Amino acid sequence: MQIVIIGNGIAGITAAVSCRKLGNDPITVISSESKYFYSRTALMYIYMGHMRFEDTKPYQDNFWHQNNIELIQDKVTEIDHQNSVLSTKSGGKISYDKLVIATGSKPNIFAWPGVDLQGVFSMYHLHDLEKINSITENCKRAIVVGGGLIGIEIVEMLRSRNIEVTFLVREKNFWDIVLPKEESEMIEKEIRSHGVDLRLSTELASINSDDGKKIHSITTNSGETIPTEVVGIAVGVTPNIDMFKNSAIDVNRGILVDSQLRTNISNVYACGDCCELRNPSNGRRAIEPIWYTGRLMGEVVAKNIYNHELDYNPGVWFNSAKFFNIEYQIYGTVNPKLEENESTIFWRNKEKNKSIRINFDSNSKSVLGFNLFGIRYRHEVCNAWIVNKTHIEDVLQNLKIANFDGEFSSQFENELIDQYNKLYHKNIATKAKRGHDSVLEFFNKILSTK
Amino acid sequence: MSTINYYNKKNQTQLLGLVSGLGGLVLMLASSLSGIADSAIMWTALALMSFGIIIYSIGTYKDKLHGIHNDGVWYMSVSNRSLLAWLLGVIITGFYILLYFKPELLGQGADDMPNTGLVAFFDPLSMFLKGKPASQWFVYGTLYTVAIIGFGFKFILKYRGNRYQTLRTLSVMFFQLGFAFLIPSIMEGFNYPYYDAKNMWPLNYYFFNDRNINGFLSAGNVGLFMLILGLLLIFLISPILTYFYGKRWYCSWVCGCGGLAETAGDPFRHLSSKSTSSWKIERWLIYMVLAFSIIMTVAVVYSNIYNHRYELNLQPIFLVLFVTVIAIISLYFMWVKAGKYFSQHELLKKGVTIAISLILAIIWISYFTKSSNAFFIDSNQLNSIYGFYIGSIFSGVIGVGFYPIMGSRVWCRFGCPMAAILGLQQKFFSRFRITTNGGQCISCGNCSNYCEMGIDVRSYAQRGENIIRSSCVGCGICASVCPRGVLRLETGKLDITDKSKDMSVIKITESGVSLEQ
Repeated sequence: MQIVIIGNGIAGITAAVSCRKLGNDPITVISSESKYFYSRTALMYIYMGHMRFEDTKPYQDNFWHQNNIELIQDKVTEIDHQNSVLSTKSGGKISYDKLVIATGSKPNIFAWPGVDLQGVFSMYHLHDLEKINSITENCKRAIVVGGGLIGIEIVEMLRSRNIEVTFLVREKNFWDIVLPKEESEMIEKEIRSHGVDLRLSTELASINSDDGKKIHSITTNSGETIPTEVVGIAVGVTPNIDMFKNSAIDVNRGILVDSQLRTNISNVYACGDCCELRNPSNGRRAIEPIWYTGRLMGEVVAKNIYNHELDYNPGVWFNSAKFFNIEYQIYGTVNPKLEENESTIFWRNKEKNKSIRINFDSNSKSVLGFNLFGIRYRHEVCNAWIVNKTHIEDVLQNLKIANFDGEFSSQFENELIDQYNKLYHKNIATKAKRGHDSVLEFFNKILSTK
Repeated sequence: MSTINYYNKKNQTQLLGLVSGLGGLVLMLASSLSGIADSAIMWTALALMSFGIIIYSIGTYKDKLHGIHNDGVWYMSVSNRSLLAWLLGVIITGFYILLYFKPELLGQGADDMPNTGLVAFFDPLSMFLKGKPASQWFVYGTLYTVAIIGFGFKFILKYRGNRYQTLRTLSVMFFQLGFAFLIPSIMEGFNYPYYDAKNMWPLNYYFFNDRNINGFLSAGNVGLFMLILGLLLIFLISPILTYFYGKRWYCSWVCGCGGLAETAGDPFRHLSSKSTSSWKIERWLIYMVLAFSIIMTVAVVYSNIYNHRYELNLQPIFLVLFVTVIAIISLYFMWVKAGKYFSQHELLKKGVTIAISLILAIIWISYFTKSSNAFFIDSNQLNSIYGFYIGSIFSGVIGVGFYPIMGSRVWCRFGCPMAAILGLQQKFFSRFRITTNGGQCISCGNCSNYCEMGIDVRSYAQRGENIIRSSCVGCGICASVCPRGVLRLETGKLDITDKSKDMSVIKITESGVSLEQ
């Protein structure tokens, strides 16, 4: 059985490595971006000089040969699914028995006037990084458009080289489609403390140039003109599926897949950012372009290629990010605005760079989600509480078990519990301590009651 | 000017620091070369150097908020193996070569002749602390201490807000200043033997030399206390602390070699090789040095006892029995008590068993044939070979001289026999491990890149596995630089027998993807 995988991002590569664990069939991975798998999430660190490109490769180059996984740098141009053959840009023909499509996302670009100018960039691919490096080489001023996770990464990159940045964010508060207001405001303060000119409720109208080459300014939707040399665009991503739009493969926004990540063609699978689930599991979206879903889907695809008949089920939502110096983790559901039956308790420190929020059901009091800023919590513990619909007071009493901050670091769980006690006239106190022993005790208890 | 140069640009405070520090160095060298030296010049030079580092550090981090400050590390000449790095490497290596092999060129006065040059430059400080002129080792110790204190201050500023890093660095600064420098110097002034209590055997490979042991024995109760403390540290205190906290209690909290690596060596930590071939070389080399140091020590102790060179009434049979008991305990642990962990390490188990048996056999044969040397090799010669190749070249010249090229832990990773012993214990019999946080790893590689021991932390973290590696010194930088809160240094008693069990992997089971086991 020849397994061919299009795309060498986290989804495609996880599929390849997982297939290798399950069998000895020949595996070929095709990518037009780079021969070797690298961690896309680390692009910003290459620009900022924290790492070199080679440090972002999670596997040594000889790994692929050792594991008999063939890497081809080429672009797939056509899929002949009746004969199970791929055509590539260099004129090659590659036949497959099982095909995995893992082509990832591409950055959104809208038709703003001036968007084709040389100084406009997005940040997704390796060649984007090369472009950013070259066009910001002598740059003093930049505009970044788009208040999402990539937007703020671009801002941080440019600030690390002391480039003046104006950051245009469409939303009223930073990332307020995801974050509650208090958290948004904390991040806004953090962004501004790094010398960024943050403009909320502001959109890009046009990118201006006199000679059709060099950008001199942009104009916002309120008519303000801001001088700049480059413009970074980070207004979301879309599944990278153009080449399949006229094929027999069913697509919507992404490549449509069933719960076992199969497309409408029996020996073709899709995974990662490029696919769209026909029936996403409870509380999850049909397209989730994030790192770990790519990894999980890659594993599921491999299992299903080997007939394990495994459904993709990513479980309770979680994610993480870093906004300049503030780390962010979320477990479960924390809506930007409380839904009808939801209650919340929220604590933040005086400096407004750390916060804990726990949401719970107002009626049953079972815990729904955790939002952490500048504080690390344990995935397994929070997940178990959410899955088991644990009572908020039970969670609070044991909250220190979830704390994943380093040894000797301050703990703030008691301050959060004080707030709960005041709000609900209760007298809850912590019972458990931080650390690995408490975690194991916690899980042993759960396992023994099952 | 290219924006990338921003990382190389120094602000005014940094420049002031550089001028002050280099000024101190130039003053020291000028004074040493010209012979015009007095205590005022010495104190001025030392003050300029120390303030230089402190001012430079303040300039570097004063406007920075709490967080990770690795911007431009791979763009700066000094930290990306470019010209400055090589220049620095050559200078440090040259200094070590002079220090170990040509001390007279540094001005060390031979045969009670007065010092000249650099050694004489430090005479006033030496007179002040211990009432005798300096030696090349006093010069070395002083500069070493200034480096750890100065760059320790810089490290604390860099990682301020991170209490583990702050405490750990204060600890190495304290042990260097107190235990390695001030206390031994002052004690020497009172004619007690030089004794750095934290410098344990086998790192301190001359501990069992007749001169050292007799030095303790002739120094009354204080000397006896030093001797007993030294032995207790090796055989009792160290195993207990390593059991509870891992080898980090020593390697990144106490040790002088580690202290320099963590402070002055911090800008070079990312240069350690992460390749699997380096890991292989590491395992071969470090255990060979360990075997060498054990054989050398046994030989030295045996011949010292046999030839009555210790001022103690000891018989060779004591040593032979002692070695036999230790060997049996080791074999018992490996085959019975900790057999479970070693089941995946059959080759190691067999190799170590053969090595131990050979050592035992030869030492018993030596004893019965009444040979004056334990392994039929001249122990003095063995001792000096070890001292030359391991003690001087490996730990000093390569260990520190190659900081800017191979990273700051070359000696600790590839050579230190102390690290080898603690590492074996850490892997198989300690509560310490680094745990990973569920599915949050994004494989970015910061953890691996900034691991000074060359551990590919990411390869574990992205699979959700705990990290239990004998080489890990527990510096905690991987956890600090992780942008997703994935790593935590932990000590736990509950699962010590199977602590590498992948507690935290996201599992794909037949029922779907979940976190449950």
